[in-house]
Amino acid sequence: MSTTLHHAGARPAGPGADRPPKPRPRTAGPARARLAALAFTAPAWLYVAGFYLYPLAGSVRMGFQNYTVSSFYTGVAPYVGWANYRAVLHDSHFVRTVTNTLLFTAGSLLFQFCVGLALAVFFNRAFPLGGPLRSLLLVPWLLPLVVSGTAWRWILDTDSGVLNHALLGAHLIGHPVPWLASTHDSLIAVTLVNIWVGIPFNMVILYGGLQSIPRELYEAAALDGANAWRRFRHITLPLLRPVTAVVLTLGLIYTVKVFDVIMILTQGGPAGSSQTLTTFAYNLSFQQLEFGRGAAVGNLLVLVAVVFAAVYLRATREQRRAGR
Amino acid sequence: MLFPLYWLLNASLLPSTDLVKSSPTWLPVHGTLQGYRRALSSQGGHLLVSLGVSAGTVLLVLLIAVPAAYGLAKLRAPGGRPLTFALLIAQMIPGVVMANSFYTAANHLRLLNSPLALVLADSTLCVPFATLILQTAMRGVPAELSEAAVLDGAGRIRTLLSVVLPVSRNAVVTASLFSFLFAWADFLFAVTLTTQDDRAPVTVGIYRFIGAHLSDWNSVMATGIIASLPAAVLLVVAQRYVAAGVTSGAVKD
Repeated sequence: MSTTLHHAGARPAGPGADRPPKPRPRTAGPARARLAALAFTAPAWLYVAGFYLYPLAGSVRMGFQNYTVSSFYTGVAPYVGWANYRAVLHDSHFVRTVTNTLLFTAGSLLFQFCVGLALAVFFNRAFPLGGPLRSLLLVPWLLPLVVSGTAWRWILDTDSGVLNHALLGAHLIGHPVPWLASTHDSLIAVTLVNIWVGIPFNMVILYGGLQSIPRELYEAAALDGANAWRRFRHITLPLLRPVTAVVLTLGLIYTVKVFDVIMILTQGGPAGSSQTLTTFAYNLSFQQLEFGRGAAVGNLLVLVAVVFAAVYLRATREQRRAGR
Repeated sequence: MLFPLYWLLNASLLPSTDLVKSSPTWLPVHGTLQGYRRALSSQGGHLLVSLGVSAGTVLLVLLIAVPAAYGLAKLRAPGGRPLTFALLIAQMIPGVVMANSFYTAANHLRLLNSPLALVLADSTLCVPFATLILQTAMRGVPAELSEAAVLDGAGRIRTLLSVVLPVSRNAVVTASLFSFLFAWADFLFAVTLTTQDDRAPVTVGIYRFIGAHLSDWNSVMATGIIASLPAAVLLVVAQRYVAAGVTSGAVKD
């Protein structure tokens, strides 16, 4: 999440139709009751406007401005139209950054999901200590990413890292792999760590989905002589589909904006080999101090997020229907 | 899955000389607490900053989310659906975009390096989540209870404080715990909004510490362990709430 992952409550629940009507205090008319109700949500409305919409609008505006260090002192940032976007698209790193983002996201999602599902299926059979073990597996997700990232940085160290030591011992590699120090391996390394961070989330959500599948279905299938694989293939997978859709879209939205993992492990290097759009935007703004270009890259990310958010909302709507 | 965590703990107890040998030391038999001593002396200030910022974030988030959830769940405030929708979408804005804008705003308001800026920025990570989880819980408060309070002549605020909140206590705890953790673990806002080292929270402290003492892995790892304590304590003390927080919303309950 960052894989600091947060999640979204899946249900944009409006005034629910499933609640009994609220009795009105005899003194206040309906108009007054509505005003009072609005007063309670007013801070949240103001908050949304001030802390999400305004920064977003600011970012869109900055994307069209030549906003540099001097702008901070002089307050002058001339409008330059699409120049920032052009500059970013023609940046020598841009193609590589987009490719990296795609590979990083696809690799993370695929493996997080598969391992998470395997663990969820494993824990779905009741066995002693299952509960405590399951919550222990949440630790990687709860730890500050800076901490786990640091631990990984040392595990992946070329000379004294334990991973290379183990691989050498098993004769899987002939010489130490410079995981974080070579342009060839750095993207693999950051993706690996990000997979590790994301597995718990996938596991917990999928486990919740598995728990809601009626046991009788499995029993009936077993009576009909379906083996474990066929039960998984024809009962588990189809019934998990709505949950799968949610996990994958949320995963997509969060993976695209991963920052901490890459920053701690490689800072996007060496030579931009593990740079994604997020670190690229950070780098432009806060290291090259080209805030306008950083904002332009950020805005491209927002576009991506919006597209997937739409997909997510459709998926949850289907899930709500399935749940009824 | 858990090996990296063990490795972190192990490294935090081993003298640095053992950490750079070509073969790893699997157990901290000849352990040392030296790293923890050094970590506390160099990171103590950062830990305090983090503590203050996280606590402040929890307060701010509850101030916004509790009334909003009550208005949405119990008072059927007009415009509830758009508000929930806006909060849902808001969490999907990439942090780096927010950081860009917050930096310029903080610079304008002379708030760079102030814990207040971090509280405000970190709260954006938590308000949507907290509102949604509280709203779900408050919808579960039986109408008879809140109606009884109203009939007894309690106003809306009174009903919220003395009936609805106590009944949805668990959700309040979950929302607070997660807000604390999100703020504690935040790195992006911390690294962009603090330029002075002594004002930085512990995540940035560790990050800069690695940069400066790459050979002193022992102290770095000890700092990491100390910085993970809130999460560890949370998991032990509040397991139930954690599970609730992770699954809330993402799957229909």
